[in-house]
Amino acid sequence: MKFERYGIGILKGMTVTIRHLFRHPTVNQYPEQRLNVSRRLRGNELIWNRERCTGCATCAKACPQGAIELVTATNLKDNKYDVTTYRVDTGYCIQCGLCVEACPYNALFMGYSYERAKYRRGDVVQTNDELLESAERPASGYYHPEIAEKLPRQTLLVERITEKRKRK
Amino acid sequence: MAIIDLVINRRLSLAALPPDWPGNNYWWHWLFFTIVLIAFVLVMVMGAIYIERRAMGRMQSRLGPNRTGPFGLLQPVADAVKVMLKENIVPDNADKIVHWLAPVIAFAPVLMIFAVVPFQNGALLADLNIGILYIVAISSISTVGVFMAGWSSGNKYSLLGAMRNVAAVVSYEIPLVLSIVGVVLVAGSMSLNTIVLKQDIPFILLQPLGFLIFFAAACAEINRSPFDLMEADSEIVAGFHTEYSGMKFAMFYLVEYAEAIAMSAIITTIFLGGWRGPLLPPWLWFIVKTFIVFFVMVWTRTTLPRVRIDQLMALAWKFLFPLALINLFVTAVQVLVWPDALPWTAVYINIAIMIILIFLWSRFFKLGWGRVEI
Amino acid sequence: MTTTQEMTLNTEPFVVNIGPVHPSTHGVFRMRCKLDGEVVIDIEPVFGYLHRGIEKLAEERTYTGFIPLTDRLDYISPMSNNLGYCLAVEKLAGIKVPERAEYIRVIMAELQRLANHCVAVGSMLNDAGAYFTPFMYTFRERERIIDLFDMVCGQRLTYNYMRIGGVSQDIPAEFLPALEKVVKRLTKFLKEYERLLKQNEILLARAKGVGILSKELAINCGISGPVARASGIKWDLRKADPYSIYDRFEFDIPTGENGDCYDRYRVRIEEMTQSLRIIEQASKQIPGGPIKADLPHIIYPPAGEVYAHIEAPKGELGFYIVSDNSIAPYRCHVRPTSLINLAALRQMVKGWKIADLILIFGSIDITMGEVDR
Repeated sequence: MKFERYGIGILKGMTVTIRHLFRHPTVNQYPEQRLNVSRRLRGNELIWNRERCTGCATCAKACPQGAIELVTATNLKDNKYDVTTYRVDTGYCIQCGLCVEACPYNALFMGYSYERAKYRRGDVVQTNDELLESAERPASGYYHPEIAEKLPRQTLLVERITEKRKRK
Repeated sequence: MAIIDLVINRRLSLAALPPDWPGNNYWWHWLFFTIVLIAFVLVMVMGAIYIERRAMGRMQSRLGPNRTGPFGLLQPVADAVKVMLKENIVPDNADKIVHWLAPVIAFAPVLMIFAVVPFQNGALLADLNIGILYIVAISSISTVGVFMAGWSSGNKYSLLGAMRNVAAVVSYEIPLVLSIVGVVLVAGSMSLNTIVLKQDIPFILLQPLGFLIFFAAACAEINRSPFDLMEADSEIVAGFHTEYSGMKFAMFYLVEYAEAIAMSAIITTIFLGGWRGPLLPPWLWFIVKTFIVFFVMVWTRTTLPRVRIDQLMALAWKFLFPLALINLFVTAVQVLVWPDALPWTAVYINIAIMIILIFLWSRFFKLGWGRVEI
Repeated sequence: MTTTQEMTLNTEPFVVNIGPVHPSTHGVFRMRCKLDGEVVIDIEPVFGYLHRGIEKLAEERTYTGFIPLTDRLDYISPMSNNLGYCLAVEKLAGIKVPERAEYIRVIMAELQRLANHCVAVGSMLNDAGAYFTPFMYTFRERERIIDLFDMVCGQRLTYNYMRIGGVSQDIPAEFLPALEKVVKRLTKFLKEYERLLKQNEILLARAKGVGILSKELAINCGISGPVARASGIKWDLRKADPYSIYDRFEFDIPTGENGDCYDRYRVRIEEMTQSLRIIEQASKQIPGGPIKADLPHIIYPPAGEVYAHIEAPKGELGFYIVSDNSIAPYRCHVRPTSLINLAALRQMVKGWKIADLILIFGSIDITMGEVDR
C-alpha cells in the first residue's frame, strides 16, 4: 500500500458514490410496479392450438428434454389424426422454444405470462384443455412476429432513465 | 426523543453539573440517566441501521428497505423481532459457557461509554474528570468479548476473525489515544463536558491531523470498512460471529452498531463541538452531528475496498503512529510556547502542517510485506 | 521477500475449507487451504459439485437440441457458448452462414463479452471487499445489456439464440436504436467506473503486484483470455485465428504488463471499451437479408471430427465434435475456459494471505457450470 496520490483516488471514488445518493434508483418494486416484458418472452407454459395441430409430433421430437407427450388416434371419418392427449410436463421444460420453432403448422406458442408457480407437483403436468390459449394465458410473440406486433412494447432500462431525466 | 428533551430540561433546572456522590439527587440522577442511556442507545442503533441501509441502498442505486412502516422506518424493529425468534444454535464443539458469555461481555462496555458523553451542558451520567481515559479503557474491553466469541465457537473462520480483531485493536489503540491527547492538551481537561465547553472553534479545525488519525483508528477499532477485516464476509464468512444465531447474534449486531454510534458520539464530542450549535436544542445538535459522522462511516464503507491484514498493521504502525506522535509534539509546542496565540492562526498552521505531513508520509511510506516465500 | 521463519514465531499450519458453500467462491468451488496464520501455504482445489454430464447429454440429443444445454455451460455468457457450438457444427457440416446472421452473431457475442466482464469485474471487486457498490453498478449496466438479449430472444439468462446456420429469429425493429443507446450509456458508465476505482489507493494496494502469473507459466498451463492477456501474452483468437467475420473490424487487444490482479481488472475494462468499438462498427455495417441458412430442422453432418474455438469472454472456448453421420454427435467435448484457467491457481496463491487468495481467485473469473460441466 502506497499513497501515491495522497488519497485523491479515494476521494474521487467517494464523489461517485455520493452522487449516486441523489440519483434516481434503478430498481423497480416488482409486485406493484411492473415493466413490460419482452414481446418474445419465453414464458412459463406452452400454448397449444387444437384446431391447427395435426398430431405430427415434430414438437415432441424437437424437444431436447422430452417433455412433450402426444397420443393420437386415427379419425377415419375426416381422414386425419385426432390428438387425444397433448401433455406437457412443464417441470421438465427448459423454455428453450425449439418446439415452437419446429412446429410446421403454427400450432404452438410460448406463453407470455410469467407468474406460474404451482403448489403441487401434479399441477406441473398440463394436458389438453389446460394448454389452450385464454385471457390468463396469452401467447407470446416468440417466433411469431405477427403476435409480437400486437403486444405492448418492452420497457428498456436505458430508455426509462432518460425519460425520467427529461421530465425534470 | 420528546422524553429525552423533557428529561434533560428537567435536569438542567436542577443543576449545571451532575451531582456528586453522595448528594441528595445522586441516585435519582443515576437511575434516570441509566434508563435514558439504554433507551437512547437502542433507538440510536435502530436509527443507525436504518440510515446505513437506506443510504447505502441509494448510493448503490437501490432503494433499501421500504416495506415495513412508513419509508421502511420499522425495518430494524422487524429485523430485531425476527432475529429474536430464531433458534439459538450452539455448535457441538463449542466452549458453551464462554460462547454464552461472549455477547454480554462485548455489549456491556459499549453501553458504558455513553456514561460520560454529554448530551447538553452537564447532561451526562457522570462527569468524570478522567472521562477520556475512561472511554479508552472501556472501549477496548468489548474486544475481549469478541475474542471469546471467536475462540469458543470452535470454528476456524471465527478464530481467524477474532485474531484479526485483537491484532487490529491492539495496534490502533495507540494512534487513537495519541490523537486524543492532542485534544486534551488543547482543551486542558480530560472531562468531556469541559472539552465541549472549550470548543469555541471545533477541534476538528485546531486538530485536523488528530481528527483524521482518530477517525481512521476509530474505524479500525470498531471494524468499520475499509478496516472491517474481522468480519470480512468475502474471506472468512462472518468472522467471529459465524457460529452465532438468534438472540446472541442480535447482541453482536447491536454491538457493531452501538460501537459505531459510540465512536461517532465521541468524535462529535471531542472534535465537532458536541452539543454546541445555533438555533436547535443542544441534544438535537448532538444527535444530528453523531449521525453525520456515522453517515461518513457509511459512505466510506460503501466506497472503499477492504485492506489486507498486514496493510492494516502497517498503516497503524508506520503511518498513523508517527503522524500521531508528531501531531502530539506540535500541539504540545503550540500550547506551551504560544498559549495565547490567536486560535485562527493555529488553525491555519495546523492545517498546513497536516497537508505537509500527509504529503511527506505518502511519499516515503510503503506498507505490507507482499508475498511470503514458503 | 522475507521468509516466514525470520519474521514470525514457528507456527503450525492448519487446514481451512473454503467452499463449497462460501460467500466468494463463485458457485460451489472448494479449496482446501493450508494456512500458516494468515499465509496460504498450499491449496488443493476440489470441484465436481456441479457436474451434470453435459458432454454425455450431447450424445443423446440432436445437434440443434444441444444448443439450449450449451447455455448451461458458462451461464454468465451463454451467447458465446451458443456461438462456439454452432461454429463447430457448421464447420463439421460445411454450412455457410448468411451475412446478416454473422453480424448479429458478432453483436451478440460482443454484448455478451460486455455483460460477462461486468460480472467479472464487479464480483472481483466485491471479493476485494468493496461492499457491493462496484458490484451493483456493474450489474445495473449488465441489466441494460440483458434487456437487449431479452428483446431479441425472450430470455434473460439462457438465451438459446444461435442456431446451426444462423440465428433463430431476426432482430426486432427497435433493437438497433436501443443498442445505440446502450452503447452510449456504457461508454459513459465506463468513465464513471474508472473514476470510482481506477486510482483508489486501497485497490492499488490490494491488487497491484498480487497474484502474479508469469508469462511462461500462463503459456505452460494453457491459460487464455483476459487472464493470459494480463500477463502480457498478446493472444486473442479474434485476431490470431479470426472466426466468423471478426477480420472485418478494427479493434485492439489490450494487454497487461505484470500479470497481477490489477492488470486483470484493467484488461477487462479495456476489453469492454474495445467491445463497444466492435459493436459500433457492426451495427453500422449490418446488411439485410436472410438470418438463417436453409437447413432442415434435424441435420446429419458427414462423419468426421472437428474442433472449433472462439474467444469467449473468459478465454478460448473450444468444441470438439465427432460425428458418425447420425442425428446426434458421437462425442462432444468442451474445452472449458474456466477449468483450464484455474490450472495456475495453486502457483499463483502460494505465499499470499488468505485475503489475497480470495482476490486472486476472483480475478481469474470462473463459472462453476463450465468447470464441472
